[in-house]
Amino acid sequence: MTPVSALRWTRRLPLSGRVGLFFVLFWALAALVGPLLAPYPIGAFVDQNVFSGASGQFLLGTDYLGRDVLSRVLLAARYTIGLGTGAALLACLCGTGLALTAVVSPAWLDELLSRFMDTLISIPSKILALVMVAAFGSSLWLLLLIAGITYIPGNYRIARALAVNLNQLDFVAVARARGEGRFYIAVREILPNMIHPLLTDLGLRFVFIVLLLSALSFLGLGVQPPAADLGSLVRENISGIAEGAPALIVPALAIATLTVGVNLLIDALPRGGRRG
Amino acid sequence: MTPAHVTVAGLTIEAQTDDGSTLVIVDDVSFSIEKGQVLALIGESGSGKTTIALSLLGHVRPGARIVGGSVRLGDQEITALDMAQLRSLRGNRIAYVAQSAAAAFNPSRTVMDQVIEPALAHRIMQRPAAQAKAVALFGALGLPNPGKIGERYPHQLSGGQLQRLMAAMALITGPELIIFDEPTTALDVTTQIGVLQAFRSAVRDLGTTAVYVSHDLAVVAQMADHIVVLNKGRIREAGTTDQILHAPRDDYTRTLMAAARPVPTTGPAESDTARPLLQVDGLTAGYGKVDARGVPAIPVLHDLSFSLQRGEILGVIGESGSGKSTLARAIAGLLPPARGAVRLDGRTLPPGLAGRCRDQFRQIQIVFQNADVALNPAHSVGEILRRPLAFYHGLRGTAADARVAELLDRTRLPGTLADRRCTDLSGGQKQRVNLARALAAGPDLILCDEVTSALDTVVGAAILDLLAELRQELGIAMMFISHDISTVRAICDDVMVLYAGHAVDQGPRSAYAAPPSHPYTDMLIASVPEMRTDWLPDGAGALALPPIGGIDDSAALCSFLPRCPSRITGRCDRAFPPHRQLLSGNAILCHLEEHELRGSRQHAEAR
Repeated sequence: MTPVSALRWTRRLPLSGRVGLFFVLFWALAALVGPLLAPYPIGAFVDQNVFSGASGQFLLGTDYLGRDVLSRVLLAARYTIGLGTGAALLACLCGTGLALTAVVSPAWLDELLSRFMDTLISIPSKILALVMVAAFGSSLWLLLLIAGITYIPGNYRIARALAVNLNQLDFVAVARARGEGRFYIAVREILPNMIHPLLTDLGLRFVFIVLLLSALSFLGLGVQPPAADLGSLVRENISGIAEGAPALIVPALAIATLTVGVNLLIDALPRGGRRG
Repeated sequence: MTPAHVTVAGLTIEAQTDDGSTLVIVDDVSFSIEKGQVLALIGESGSGKTTIALSLLGHVRPGARIVGGSVRLGDQEITALDMAQLRSLRGNRIAYVAQSAAAAFNPSRTVMDQVIEPALAHRIMQRPAAQAKAVALFGALGLPNPGKIGERYPHQLSGGQLQRLMAAMALITGPELIIFDEPTTALDVTTQIGVLQAFRSAVRDLGTTAVYVSHDLAVVAQMADHIVVLNKGRIREAGTTDQILHAPRDDYTRTLMAAARPVPTTGPAESDTARPLLQVDGLTAGYGKVDARGVPAIPVLHDLSFSLQRGEILGVIGESGSGKSTLARAIAGLLPPARGAVRLDGRTLPPGLAGRCRDQFRQIQIVFQNADVALNPAHSVGEILRRPLAFYHGLRGTAADARVAELLDRTRLPGTLADRRCTDLSGGQKQRVNLARALAAGPDLILCDEVTSALDTVVGAAILDLLAELRQELGIAMMFISHDISTVRAICDDVMVLYAGHAVDQGPRSAYAAPPSHPYTDMLIASVPEMRTDWLPDGAGALALPPIGGIDDSAALCSFLPRCPSRITGRCDRAFPPHRQLLSGNAILCHLEEHELRGSRQHAEAR
């Protein structure tokens, strides 16, 4: 996509889509280059006071231990966005891939996959995380894997329901009568028609995963201190709520703008997959 | 002259399109109806006929608005009423009968509750009085067992019965004006005739003013006193039914009349007695588990045998549920037959898709009825046509592009369409793309499953011409599946009549021109409305059948027995009917002798 066509594409989006695109780009940029711009090291105690307000020295104030909030938010954004995007993609790619396999396969394989997903969905995500962290020790890759696996069955259910309906339609029957293979039918006939709802689902999974990560951080299973994700920033500064400390408000706003932005953008994407 | 009951003057309705421009969908339409008269609005889809009919209810669809003109019922101006006043009018003084009764009924409530709802909602009657009136209407509309039918749920009733119940619901409040919006379009011809009779007698007896919306001139001829012909939101011609039918003044009306009665075409004269292209022997197919004798749990097709020469068109005809589409699916391999063999060019085809080779796939192409779901909305027209070219012939790049252009040209589509998505096309264009995709394979046999049924008469007639031309020029054989016997008789060389999965009548087209034929074929032919006003016999639509003794359910009997007007006690209720070869050339499945059948055709026509 050339810059010109990208600009034209942007102009065609409705206002809500442009707002969403702005937030998504803003946070993507923050995640990429933000840590380089951070004025202080992430874990450094730089202020004698806690929950101080915005000032020339600390643009967004300091947190409950007197650390610089701007630096911590910039770094936390990288963890949240990186883990969230990675895990959401993992969940949706696996879920949709398995769903398409199930739909074009013989009934026994569909049954097997679906019952396996039912088993997976019945395991509480936090218990799963506890067991995994206890067994392997906490690491970013493990978090990514746990968050991803937790949301595979949900995506699988949605993708399978969509694909089963599409599989009944005449254009799939025509493709089968033409002698097309299963892979072609799944990828070229069915998949393009479910892209839009699946993107919406991806946005939803992303939001769920951000919430799961902050819950895990609360249990001490998530991103390990002194590093933090946006959810754990909110949680650790919760005592600042009475004084309206920026240390609490800024990461909360960050989560809000990020998740709302992602959903606005996805909802505004043109219908019909690759149209435009 | 009495003042008109309904007056529409200078009605103009505009709609907003997606790109923000306005589109005039009804343009300066004026007409009036006298009390107790029936006016028909006729036209193709997009002619604005439904929009006008809805405006009589004071309703416009979202995005559209009335920009000028007036709609008057009696001395009331409908366009000036507010929501509350309209609500007291609708379902009370003006009633509406929609096209699909099956979709208009709530499946979780009994039909009685729904039929009397307008009377209760407008506080016209108490429940017992309303129920009594409903039962009287059920009787007047020719519904079976009027006293009990109200207790049933919509899924327990047939389409024709639901359509009559819908009329009962409209008539329960004794409306001044009733609007029928294509009420029989979704019905089989054999069902349509009874529903039309019921509607006509009910409207006449009650002296209700009615507006009948339809695309079918022959149907309208039975119902209406006056006809308004619409095209693209404008009135092309208006007049009495007799004048429109016998002396149409407008070219467009003449086009409509011509399209309704397709001209018979002839195939290649060569009588090729060599190996038939397609030979089907004892085909039995259905759904569910197949038992030891090779009969599936839910059999759909029973022991069908026929053959088809190269370049020939075989017409397969029957009402919904007769197994026509299942036959196409079984031949294409989408539904492996339980028993019987399908031979293509002398070679036996593997029953299912697995095991067929790519060349066998190429030889048989299937074209489905509904192009909306038969074309992948995510692909462009070019992509849709290029796939079979690459798949069967390995054509890619400029060679494929050239072939796509050629295919579009052959199906009379503009070449610029290749880059468009099929969601942007009209119904007729979609059906042409659907055909072009089948042609791209270079097939020997095309299975056409109701390809014209979802289209307007004029558009459908053009598709029929295209099919005849393809057969003529490319020598492609076709199996043409339809529920419309006049279309089938126009383009097919041989005709097979299916009833409940049995081939009850099989023979060359010429054999159907004159009696005798199977009683069901007679019924089908007699049910096709003709373009004259006196075609539809009077009555409420329930025809008396010869009485027959207790039918033994366990024995295999003639499947048409419960509806047969020529059945004979002692013969038809004993055993399965034999195959009988008639002098005219068709083979039928019937107990009756040839001279007895001659009488039955006259009987059916005399009705």
